[in-house]
Amino acid sequence: MTEDNPILVYKDVAKIYKGGNVAVEHINLTIHKGDFVCLIGTSGSGKTTTMRMINRMLEPTSGEILFNGEDIHTSDPVTLRRHIGYVIQNIGLMPHMTIYENITLVPKLLKWPDDKRREKAEELIKLVELPKEFLDRYPSELSGGQQQRVGVIRALAANQDLILMDEPFGALDPITRESLQELVKNLQEKLGKTVVFVTHDMDEALKLATKIVVMDGGHIIQDASPEEILRHPANQFVEELIGAERLIQARADVTTVDQIMLKNPVSITPGRSLGEAIRLMRKRRVDTLLVTDDEGYLKGFIDVESLDNNYSRATSVSDILNTKIFYVASDTLLRDTVDRILKRGLKYVPVVDKAGKLLGIVTRAALVDMVYDTIWGDNGDGGDDDNDDTSQPATDDVTGVAAGHNLATDTPTDHKEA
Amino acid sequence: MIDFLNAHGSELVTKTWEQLYISAIALLLGIVVAVPLGIILTRFPKTAKVVISIASMLQTVPSLALLALMIPIFGIGKLPAVVALFIYSLLPILRNTYIGMEDVDPVLKDSAKGMGMTNLQSITQVEVPMAMPVIMAGIRLSAVYVIAWATLASYIGAGGLGDLIFSGLNLFQPDLIIGGTIPVTLLALLVDYLLGKLEKRLTPINQRS
Ligand SMILES: Nc1ncnc2c1ncn2[C@@H]1O[C@H](COP(=O)(O)OP(=O)(O)OP(=O)(O)O)[C@@H](O)[C@H]1O
Ligand SMILES: [Mg+2]
Repeated sequence: MTEDNPILVYKDVAKIYKGGNVAVEHINLTIHKGDFVCLIGTSGSGKTTTMRMINRMLEPTSGEILFNGEDIHTSDPVTLRRHIGYVIQNIGLMPHMTIYENITLVPKLLKWPDDKRREKAEELIKLVELPKEFLDRYPSELSGGQQQRVGVIRALAANQDLILMDEPFGALDPITRESLQELVKNLQEKLGKTVVFVTHDMDEALKLATKIVVMDGGHIIQDASPEEILRHPANQFVEELIGAERLIQARADVTTVDQIMLKNPVSITPGRSLGEAIRLMRKRRVDTLLVTDDEGYLKGFIDVESLDNNYSRATSVSDILNTKIFYVASDTLLRDTVDRILKRGLKYVPVVDKAGKLLGIVTRAALVDMVYDTIWGDNGDGGDDDNDDTSQPATDDVTGVAAGHNLATDTPTDHKEA
Repeated sequence: MIDFLNAHGSELVTKTWEQLYISAIALLLGIVVAVPLGIILTRFPKTAKVVISIASMLQTVPSLALLALMIPIFGIGKLPAVVALFIYSLLPILRNTYIGMEDVDPVLKDSAKGMGMTNLQSITQVEVPMAMPVIMAGIRLSAVYVIAWATLASYIGAGGLGDLIFSGLNLFQPDLIIGGTIPVTLLALLVDYLLGKLEKRLTPINQRS
């Protein structure tokens, strides 16, 4: 993603306020050109402090920050700030200046000639899809979302390479917010800017960032790509920040079904009698049996309903065998399977190897385990808390179709011939 | 009325002019001193408290006493009058400038600084324009005070419409008293009106109500 020289480097930076109030500590961070860095954390975790030390709105108590390889401490703060775009938490458009004057404020400070400023303003306002006439308006004549757009382009007006944004979209409705997020992301990619963006919204961070920096209590807890954060949250705090829902999704994204399937599903061969089948069901407390041939190839299934209906007429499992069964290969991503199970109301999905041999089964109970692990931690030994999930009584060691569904309410809709 | 104007017309014009002249100089001096001082004080909040209470104390000195106090230092005439009125004009302008500057949204100051404005640029391009309505209110208040009190300046030989009023009092001539008072009032109203116009022009468009 970058050349060798990072645009911004924090070296063991700390900010301690008067009275020994430690705002941030041991901040080590490297930001490369073109990175979109999201600082995320709870309120008071030090995000704003970390950001405002970049343009010397705050001075670090110790440590150093390098901007383009140079210690910012040696540069003139005013000059530094004119070369770093800054969108503050509440936009901060000047109410007494027109949109044009607002956008070209920094170019004017840099003494750009009039025509160049006018040109830049018109180019930028087009970029955020606002009419040119808006240049002559005052901020109060624009909606909140429009003001935010102006706030964003104002930070780009002097061709700054590095843009700092402190929760710029905090006060906006979800739709406006989303369109602005897209706008910023596009601008950043198109113009190749480096952005440092403070947020406390994980969705926003996941959507925008190429690098997420998770902060808590003035420390950096984790600093990694969004994928990495989702896959390997550094600790429970990060997990909570991500939220269980997203973690499950993220897990489903990388887990294959054989990792969570139950091995030794309850199965029976076609030659067995119905009497044997019903006894097996009763013993294992399941309502469906998978049917395999003697070599273990999946042939279909029988369930208690068809067994009951045909008991008088049929004698062997093969007589009532239902060959329309949906199954998945063992290397299928769990994500796809989860979708089917949860959305289509499947009770289970058999898992087969490439040759079609039955390997195991993914049941709703197995999904419960996964959700449980995600929420309560990987080391959860299952034990005593399992019964929290009342709809799945004691499914822990059932190696077969979930016992909780004793009535076959719906058959898989997405059948494949076995 | 006609008789009065015939008798005192030219005197009235001269005295009104004197009144205006003394007041204007005092007010201008007040603005020149109090506005920058108020601005500087916002950078030193602790000193600001002290300075503003001193100015408040000066304000409580009775006007005649203040005028009398000027005599040992500046003698009699226009100079001591201007100095005394100048001192009176300070407080309203100083206080309003200070409050107006303090009340500028910190977000805007932060924004100005964050974009790379120098301290001076932030003051002249952001804070003063935003504080302008409050500062102007202070100036208008001072103007009315100063014009009214300039009447007393005739006691120490500064001239002005006070001359008419006081001779009216001494000679028991009510028409002189009224003839001197009405122009003072009119003058005060007129100046206030003109300053109001000026305020409008100086106030950023979005702040106008
Ligand atoms: N001027 C200050 N004086 C003393 N302590 C401060 C000051 N500014 C911030 N702090 C403290 O520093 C810590 C970090 O503050 P910071 O503003 O960086 O948090 P944040 O992560 O940006 O929070 P938020 O999400 O609420 O904006 C907080 O504990 C805060 O109380
Ligand atoms: Mg903050």
